[in-house]
Amino acid sequence: MSGESTVTIGLLLPDVLGTYSDAGNATILAQRLRWRGIPAEIRTITACDVPVTTCAVYLLGGGEDTAQQFAADWLRRHDQLRRALETSAVTLAVCAGLQILGRSMSDASGHHYPGLDLLDITTAPGRQRAVGEVIATCTVPGIGSLTGFENHRGVTTLGPGTAPLGRVITGTGNGTGEGTTRYRTEGVFTDRIIGTYLHGPVLARNPALADHILHKVTGQVMPALDLPDQAALRHTYLSHTYLGRNYLGRNYLGHTYLQGRFSRCS
Amino acid sequence: MVVRTPGVSPAATSPPGQRRWGWWTRAAVRAGLITAGLSRRLGLGAGSIIGGRVTLALDAHALRRLAAGRRVVLVSGTNGKTTTSHLVAAAVRTVGPVAHNSGGSNMADGAVAALAEARDAEYAVIEVDELHLAAVAEAVDPMVVVLLNLTRDQLDRATEVGAIASAVGHALARHPRTVVVANADDPMVVSAAKLATRSVWVAAGSSWLGDASSCPRCGHTLTFTESGWECVCGLARPTPDWRIENGKACTSNMVLPLDIRLPGQVNRSNAAMALAAACAVGVAADQAASALREVDVVAGRYAVVHRGAQNLRMLLAKNPAGWAGMLSMLGESRPLLVIINAREADGRDTSWLWDVPFEQLTSRQVVASGERAADLGVRLSYAGLEHQTVADPLAALAALPAGEIDVVANYTAFHHFRRRLLGGSRLSREREVAR
Repeated sequence: MSGESTVTIGLLLPDVLGTYSDAGNATILAQRLRWRGIPAEIRTITACDVPVTTCAVYLLGGGEDTAQQFAADWLRRHDQLRRALETSAVTLAVCAGLQILGRSMSDASGHHYPGLDLLDITTAPGRQRAVGEVIATCTVPGIGSLTGFENHRGVTTLGPGTAPLGRVITGTGNGTGEGTTRYRTEGVFTDRIIGTYLHGPVLARNPALADHILHKVTGQVMPALDLPDQAALRHTYLSHTYLGRNYLGRNYLGHTYLQGRFSRCS
Repeated sequence: MVVRTPGVSPAATSPPGQRRWGWWTRAAVRAGLITAGLSRRLGLGAGSIIGGRVTLALDAHALRRLAAGRRVVLVSGTNGKTTTSHLVAAAVRTVGPVAHNSGGSNMADGAVAALAEARDAEYAVIEVDELHLAAVAEAVDPMVVVLLNLTRDQLDRATEVGAIASAVGHALARHPRTVVVANADDPMVVSAAKLATRSVWVAAGSSWLGDASSCPRCGHTLTFTESGWECVCGLARPTPDWRIENGKACTSNMVLPLDIRLPGQVNRSNAAMALAAACAVGVAADQAASALREVDVVAGRYAVVHRGAQNLRMLLAKNPAGWAGMLSMLGESRPLLVIINAREADGRDTSWLWDVPFEQLTSRQVVASGERAADLGVRLSYAGLEHQTVADPLAALAALPAGEIDVVANYTAFHHFRRRLLGGSRLSREREVAR
């Protein structure tokens, strides 16, 4: 891809999977390109649109149970788009978006429904909802610590040969171990798809992950950006002071569990 | 002129008057009031939460007993509860004394404290957190429930919006005598209020549909038309009993002015909801409408605080829907201080900042502040806004010029900053009155 051509970022179904403000990831990718002199365009693709299939990046966000099932149906109906996610584009999928790209999901009532089968993962509801801060070590070299806020009930099992995006230090993440190892895993990392449970949005908290995606899409080296407040933000969430001083003893060391009446969500 | 609410007649209620509580309830109320007074005297706050908690700890049925025999209006929803409850209370006060949790403590403890403090009030107007609506409605058997809107707020604490709407709907279904005054333009509200037996629909508008463009019942995308919205599953905007036209509240047989003092289209909608609620209680419509005009400050919001050469207009917005309504209230090119915290009452997750169109705030000086100033600062940078970041809001004032300044804070940030500005709870009350 030449430096002159516009990078198109496809924001998929923000009207359906817009519950957790993950659309911010599109703004972040576009701005980080523009600040480096690379033209960028966000294409918002709602459920009413015929999806463009030529975007360099596609983004999927989190949403509620009914919305997730609708989004999965919608994506399965658009086979060309599915093929683009499989063969030509780079995709960042968060929470419900991550689950949709897997083999199957099941809801609280035990009903199974199929995913897009682009990732070798399956998701089932856990006993408790995982809500709170997550810190993970990214498995992709050069990205370092990942920070984000998780809010889900899904427990995602990775198939053999599917790599996680990170190893959990605090929080829940996928809620499963990594193969036979004792690490708890966070998200999924493949050649074309990055999946994660982290909101924040994840790219606002982890600019190195954003630049990893942009490097992959443009083939260009992404020079460092000096963004005010970014270091302070990461310090807030990654420092031990934050976890220790403010939240210790309040069941807030990375994860709080909510139980009961309302936990029928994805 | 007594104009009855279109669609329904006011519900019959048990006669007001004698509130004979058992000795144990009286003791629990007394203990709560003493605790609240102590908390106030020590400058710890308004004392309604701790007082209500003491009463409830001593008598678990205190809320039911304190509400018995009164005509109760519950005001709930994600945004506008405090403002709307102040408007409803002002209107209902024209026909009798009102117990009102005016400080915004909107769980069962706050309701108990308000009822305990005004034990002889025949009416009660109680703001209720949407998550607690079912439990509070069960206890107080309300005459009217006002349901303003249901959007995303504090997802980490609460849950997803659809689950809240469903819980509220089932609570409303258990009270067939209650009149539900509901916003016909909010699909989440409609999906909940449809389960009620008696409803009054108000076309109060919806400034933000970020959570609601898919059907709350079936998940399909809603179709928006000129006359409203609908879904293939049959859920659709009900025909409104009240509409807002040219700044006036209209029903099929009357037109009432809504020339309120509170700013913004959002507050006009809140006023229309309040008017419909007051009518459902039996207040004459024109009498209610003129009472709404008297409300100017709501629990410190919209107040102007003078500090040195700066005049700070205090505004509260705590989620994307609140901000969507707020943007039109901000003075064009007036300097802006935004204060963001992420404590439990605010929601721990600051992701919501990314659904606020800060991009629109060009051509003014902006200072990011609060315990999550860095989160806000990063968001503002990506919105292309030059700004300064000063975590301490009092120190941030030094970065701003003399004259008019808009201050927008989320929940705990607003109250902490206000307390620090005014210094001490007793002083604050005096200054506000003298404003």
